Amino acid sequence: MAIFLTAENRILVQGITGSEGRKHGARMLAAGTKVVGGTNPRKAGQTVELNGTEVPVFGTVAETMAATGADVSVVFVPETGTKSAVLEAIDAEIPLCIVITEGIPVHDTAEFWAYACEKGNKTRIVGPNCPGIASPGKSNAGIIPADITSEGRIGLVSKSGTLTYQMMYELRDIGFSTAVGIGGDPIIGTTHIDCLRAFQDDPETAAVVMIGEIGGDAEERAAAFIEQNVTKPVVGYVAGFTAPEGKTMGHAGAIISGSSGTAQAKKEALEKAGVRVGKTPSETAALVREVIRTL
Amino acid sequence: MPVESQLTSPALAAWAALADGHGLGCLWTPRLTRRAARRKQRTEIGPPVDLFEYQAKELFAEYGVPVPKDKVADTPEEAREITTVFAAEGTPQVVVKAQVKTGGRGKAGGVKLADGPADAYEKAQRIIGMDIKGHTVHKVLIAEATDIKSEYYLSFLLDRANRTFMSICSVEGGVEIEEVAHSNPDAIARVPVSPLTGVDHEKALEIITAGRIPDEAAEQAALLAERLWAMFTDEDATLAEVNPMVLTPDGRVLALDGKVTLDDNAAFRQDHERFADASATDPIEARAKEKHLNYVKLEGEVGIIGNGAGLVMSTLDVVAYAGEAFGGIRPANFLDIGGGASAEVMANGLEIVLSDPAVRSVFVNVFGGITACDAVANGIVSALGLLASRGEEVDRPIVVRLDGNKAAEGRAILTEANLPVVEQVDTMDGAARRAAELAAVAPAKGA
Repeated sequence: MAIFLTAENRILVQGITGSEGRKHGARMLAAGTKVVGGTNPRKAGQTVELNGTEVPVFGTVAETMAATGADVSVVFVPETGTKSAVLEAIDAEIPLCIVITEGIPVHDTAEFWAYACEKGNKTRIVGPNCPGIASPGKSNAGIIPADITSEGRIGLVSKSGTLTYQMMYELRDIGFSTAVGIGGDPIIGTTHIDCLRAFQDDPETAAVVMIGEIGGDAEERAAAFIEQNVTKPVVGYVAGFTAPEGKTMGHAGAIISGSSGTAQAKKEALEKAGVRVGKTPSETAALVREVIRTL
Repeated sequence: MPVESQLTSPALAAWAALADGHGLGCLWTPRLTRRAARRKQRTEIGPPVDLFEYQAKELFAEYGVPVPKDKVADTPEEAREITTVFAAEGTPQVVVKAQVKTGGRGKAGGVKLADGPADAYEKAQRIIGMDIKGHTVHKVLIAEATDIKSEYYLSFLLDRANRTFMSICSVEGGVEIEEVAHSNPDAIARVPVSPLTGVDHEKALEIITAGRIPDEAAEQAALLAERLWAMFTDEDATLAEVNPMVLTPDGRVLALDGKVTLDDNAAFRQDHERFADASATDPIEARAKEKHLNYVKLEGEVGIIGNGAGLVMSTLDVVAYAGEAFGGIRPANFLDIGGGASAEVMANGLEIVLSDPAVRSVFVNVFGGITACDAVANGIVSALGLLASRGEEVDRPIVVRLDGNKAAEGRAILTEANLPVVEQVDTMDGAARRAAELAAVAPAKGA
C-alpha cells in the first residue's frame, strides 16, 4: 500500500521546463512514475521531452489536473516564485503537493501553510526543502534516487536528504514501503507525526525509522505521539550532537518553548517513549535489523 | 536557571539551517552551480543575521518605532563627540551600551550611565575591548538617558510548533522577563498572529490588552506594535523583540532595547548585506565564503568534507564518538560540498580544511545518491594534483569513504591512483575511527 504515494498516482511537475524540473522529471519517469504533465505559464501548449517521452506543458495546475487527471504536484520552481506556485496548487485543490525547492523565505512558507489551512487542508504539503517521497517499486515523486533500494517493510521519515539515502542504502536488503523526506525548514507541511500516523495505519509497513536533526521540538512532539499512538516498533536517529552551543539573543524563544532543541534532548525524549535510538547511522540500521528479526 | 544555554539560539538555528541544505545542493547542473553556490553562501554560513542593538534600532526608526536619540561609536573619542552634540541639544546625560550579540551585558558591566562628554569618553574607554561571554566589544551605542516609569515587553516571532507567527506581550518587561515566564506565566500573553491577516490596529490593541499594558500606554504601545509588525514582515525577520518597551514619566512609549533576527533565505529580496559583521567572522570561514563553500570552523583535529548537510552533521558526531577512544579527538569543521564534487570544489574544500593548522587528518565522507562516486573519486585525484600544482602539496592523511551510486568504480579509481596520502575505508564508522586514529598519532602542521 505504502503511504501518501502509490503506483496509481499521476504526477505533474511545476516548473517542468526548468533544468531541475526536466532532469528530475526524466528520473521520475525512468523510475516508472506516472509523470503526466507539467506547468510553465509561458510555455503552455508546448511539450517537453523527458528521456524520449513527450510530456505536455500547461499554463496552470488546474488545467493540468483537468487534462491529465494529475493528483500529485512536485514543485521545482525557484525560491523567488515558489510561494505563488504552492498557492496555485492549493487553489487547484490538488491532493498532494511536494515542494523540493530549497532556500524559501520562512515568511513565504508560513503564508502558504496558513493558506492551505484556511482552505481546509485539502492539499497535503510535503516540504519545502525536501527530497520528496519514494515508494519503491511503485512511484517516486521528488529527487530520492530510485535505485538505492527495493520494496520492503520499513517506513522511513527524515528531515535530512543524504541521511535518508544512507539509511535506505544500509537497509536495502530489507527494503522500504515508503520513504518520506519531510525537510528540515523551520516550517514544514507534513511532519514526523503525520508520517508516523500513516505508517501505523499502513499494513505494508512493519517498522518505522525516524531521522531527526537539531533545532525546534518536532522530535520531542513526535516522541509524545509515539508513546500514545504508535504500536509498531520505531527506531530513531538524531544528527547534530557535536553542533556547537550557541550564543543567545532575545528572550522570546525561551518564553514559548520549553525545549532546548539539542540532539541530546531529542534522543532522551524518544527513548523515554520507547524508541530505540542509534548513535550512528550504521548502529541505527543494526537496531532496525534486530527489530525486523523479532517481528 | 542559566537561561543562555537553554534557549532556541541563533547558532542552533544556524545549525538547523545547515541541516536544511540537503537535496538540491547535490543536483544543480553546472549552469546553476554559481547561483546555487551563491545562495548556499548566504543561507548556510553563519552568522544568521542577528543584528546588534544599534542595527535593530536603525530598523525600528526606519519603520517609525519610537526609539531614544542615539548614535553608535567605535572609539572613546567618537563617544565624546557624540555626547558633546547631545549635550548641545540639551541631553548631556547618556547611556553607554556595549554592542554585543549576547545577553547579560548589563550584569557584566557593559552598560553605564555617563554625565557629559568627558564621562562618556571614560565609560566608553572602559567598555570598548571588554569581553562579555566570549564576545569582544568593538562598538558602543551612545543613547540619551531616558527616565522610566514602567517597563513592558513586546515581541513578534516565528512559532515553529504552531507553524505561524506569534506575539508575546507583557506588562512585566525588563531583564527578568524569563524569570516572569517561569514564576508567573499568566503575566505573559502569547497571541497567535496569522501570516494572512497580520497586525492591524485592532489586532495590535488585542495584543497590548492581552499583555495587560495599562490604559495610559495602550494606544501608543499598539501603534508601536503595528509598526514593529510592519518591520517584521517587510524585512523578513524571524524575531523582533522590544525589551524593555518603556513608558516615560512624560507619557511617551519607547523601544529602549531591541533584538532582531533576519531570515537569510530572504536575502534575494532584502539588502541584508548591510548588516554583515566582519569582526565576528572566523578568517577561514571568510575565505571559505569567498570560494562559495559551506564551511563552519569548529575546535578539533579531524577535517571533515562530505556531501549533504545531514550526512556531514552526522559525520561530525561519528568522528567525535570514534575520537573518544583516542584521547578526545574531535571534528575540526563542518564542510558540505554538495554532490557536485567537481575537482575544483574538492580542491577548494581540501585547501580550506587543510589551511586550519589544527587539522591533523581529513575524512572525506561521500554517499553517492544521484552523484556517482566515480566522479567524486576523480574529483579527489584531480584535486590533489591541482593542489600540488599550486605548490600546496597535501601533507596530512586523507581517509575516504565512498558508498552508494558507483561506489565500486570510485574505489577502484582511488586504488589505481595510488595516492600516498589517501587511505580508503569501506564504512562510515570504520573510516571515522581511522581518521581519528591518524589524527591522534600525527603531529600538527608546523609542530
